[in-house]
Amino acid sequence: MSQTKKLMYLNRRAPYGTIYAWESLEVVLIGAAFEQDVSLAFVDDGVYQIIKGQDTGGIDMKNFSPTYSALGDYEVTKLYVEKESLEERGLSLDNLMHLTWEDEDEDWAEKDSIVLVSRAELAQLMDEQDVVFSF
Amino acid sequence: MKFAIQINEGPYQHQASDSAYLFTKTALEKGHEVFRVFFYHDGVGNSTRLTTPPQDDRHIVNRWAALAEKYDLDMVVCVAAAQRRGIADDGEAERNGKDATNIHPRFRISGLGQLIEAAVQADRLMVFGD
Repeated sequence: MSQTKKLMYLNRRAPYGTIYAWESLEVVLIGAAFEQDVSLAFVDDGVYQIIKGQDTGGIDMKNFSPTYSALGDYEVTKLYVEKESLEERGLSLDNLMHLTWEDEDEDWAEKDSIVLVSRAELAQLMDEQDVVFSF
Repeated sequence: MKFAIQINEGPYQHQASDSAYLFTKTALEKGHEVFRVFFYHDGVGNSTRLTTPPQDDRHIVNRWAALAEKYDLDMVVCVAAAQRRGIADDGEAERNGKDATNIHPRFRISGLGQLIEAAVQADRLMVFGD
């Protein structure tokens, strides 16, 4: 499979009410082996997936939020977060986990994975994709 | 056109499998190619041969199986999603020490790589679900 396509994983739902967020992450981790041009997008309640300080102790479910911090090691380095979705929920970048990746072309400089984009910019990004996995 | 189909919801509860079936059937009848149908999330429930709907209702599992038979469709059920939801073939039952299987023989259990491959190989990935 020598083709490289632009793959976007579109995350639209809060993390624990349904299994979509976690099973989306499972696809991302497996998909990383396929060396495609991958990005993730977080919109609507999907922005809650990467909120910091998640604690699932009271609901007997696995807290899978640390997995997002590992995405950089899988060379998944583009995490687009829709600004309007944050604002509509009274959230800002400060409420999100600090997710980074190391750029081997720049002596492993640590770079932010999260990119805030407007709704219009995200629409443009989605339009540029070959494949959008919607979760 | 070459399609890949992803189904994210279970049968009867949700329209996703019906819509995907009708889309797939029509695409094939019109001469398009369907590279693979991939069942994910609760969509894995579309593969159990134990499904027994009332006789006057459509049989979603058998309907998929018949379509697959006619067009030699590759229907793949995600292994991780299947394990969580109790869908097993012989291999899975043995590996996990289960006393029964329930998958319809026209489906096969495999990994998420099959979804990625289908998405890359096809001209369009069609996702059915909410």
